[in-house]
Amino acid sequence: MALDKSEVEKIAHLARLHMSAEDVGEVTKRITDILALIDQMQSVETENVEPLAHPLDVVQRLRADEVTETNRRDELQKLAPLSENGLFLVPKVIE
Amino acid sequence: MIEKTVAELSAALAAGEVSSVELTQAYLDRIAKFNASLNAYITVCDESALQQAKAADAARANGESSPLLGIPLAHKDIFCTSGVTTTCGSRMLNNFVSPYDATVVARFNAAGTVILGKTNMDEFAMGSSNETSYFGAVRNPWDTGKVPGGSSGGSAAAVAADLCAMATGTDTGGSIRQPAAFCGVTGFKPSYGRVSRWGMIAFASSLDQAGPICKSAEDAALMMNVMAGLDEKDSTSIDRPTEDYTATLNDSLEGLRIGIPRQHFAEGLSPEVEKSVREGLAVFEKLGATITEIDLPNNHLSVSAYYVVAPAEASANLSRYDGVRYGYRCEDPVDLEDMYKRTRSEGFGAEVKRRIMVGTYALSAGFYDAYYRKAQKIRRLIKNDFNEAFKEVDVIIGPTSPHTAFGIGAKSDPVAMYLEDIYTIAVNLAGLPGMSVPVGLPGGLPAGMHIVGNDFAEAKLLNVAHQFQLNTDWHKRKPTALDKEA
Repeated sequence: MALDKSEVEKIAHLARLHMSAEDVGEVTKRITDILALIDQMQSVETENVEPLAHPLDVVQRLRADEVTETNRRDELQKLAPLSENGLFLVPKVIE
Repeated sequence: MIEKTVAELSAALAAGEVSSVELTQAYLDRIAKFNASLNAYITVCDESALQQAKAADAARANGESSPLLGIPLAHKDIFCTSGVTTTCGSRMLNNFVSPYDATVVARFNAAGTVILGKTNMDEFAMGSSNETSYFGAVRNPWDTGKVPGGSSGGSAAAVAADLCAMATGTDTGGSIRQPAAFCGVTGFKPSYGRVSRWGMIAFASSLDQAGPICKSAEDAALMMNVMAGLDEKDSTSIDRPTEDYTATLNDSLEGLRIGIPRQHFAEGLSPEVEKSVREGLAVFEKLGATITEIDLPNNHLSVSAYYVVAPAEASANLSRYDGVRYGYRCEDPVDLEDMYKRTRSEGFGAEVKRRIMVGTYALSAGFYDAYYRKAQKIRRLIKNDFNEAFKEVDVIIGPTSPHTAFGIGAKSDPVAMYLEDIYTIAVNLAGLPGMSVPVGLPGGLPAGMHIVGNDFAEAKLLNVAHQFQLNTDWHKRKPTALDKEA
């Protein structure tokens, strides 16, 4: 199915991607092409087919509810673009 | 010495004919000489490699011995390595230094291997040509005007050009097998869940699988002996006993039943590649195998279904890159939304953003049944095709890719690029093991033969490929373009 520019802008917002006015035309065309490829699968009747989520149809393995990780906060926070006193810093959220 | 297989190097190290330090230095010298023209490595670990090599030599002097002790390898830059940058080919992780090792890396470290560096790749493993890397395209050692394939293009090029003895790769839709085919090396994708995904940066979690890229099936077996096995840290890792993958390499192929899918020898396949693969099949007949045509009737839907499943899972997995906890953050964000949007738009390249958009659309309200659920149903049909086929045959063989390596910049249309993986993608959707081995040099460029097995038939595939390699020498052919230039 073909998408229009406003739909592409909505998807970009949902994905938290900035979409510049000059890019939206090209992106719309490319995504429309990809959706046309995807839509080939709509030609097949799958009414009674069970969806396959995991290739081996195995169930999720469970483990005992025990703490296995150690606290590595300082080490991990060193990776952050901005952090202070054990907190990740972001632009002001509440005025 | 550096052109030898891992099995040969292992014997040479054990016999004291060469030390790990000497071997490591020889690879580092060759990397220094040729990496500028190939761009196969993003990061080279000169100092730590020599330290690891010294430690391996010391361990051997102390009486330790294991097959991979002291062997220099390269890791695809998708595997987290503590203390060494892990970029995933993206500006988003340009300066990311993981605080831990991926399980695959930890297992190789424990086996005494030496990390030469981290190899280039398509950004977040999304590509079939290695051209989407933030760090630039990798060049094919057979012809530096051609792509090496992708997404594990750096690993395949490094193995082909003897810039390492062996390398790790990952395969979500063909990303080990197609570059192995294009670069004339051996690439192996295990069954889904056989190798831990922990510490391997996620692209599409229900498809991603790590595996070896190396110079022979025997080497792949040696690598699988280290890589395979249950990992409590990966909840999708399979709890199933591991095996010695080298134990059955020499089994006879007498009576082996090979199926060749009509759909893989149809329109779109280059006649030269087809000729090479059919000549390869004749080798198996001489070894006592029987060949029958089979059908994989839903194969043509695999690319469509894949481009729902993979982008949908990628859009969820890549939502973690928000500029808050690690990775890139844009300059001077005015508010939180501006920070998220500009961080992600500046940090991701065009192909990654396209796939996030497609996946977000497929998962958005009202479209789930039409896309993701529909694709999962197609996935069942594809798996059923393989189940039917494996009632009649032991392995399925065809071409890995429709043609040999194409020119850098030759495929600018994303959909044309997606169709590159037409023979490999169904294997990921079905979770099966698959591999590519060199089968010819049509037009002077390598062609790959694709061998697919049933669930957990890793040892059978390696046996089949090893017997092929005992009777052919395509895997021993080396690109000469580089050394001529130098």
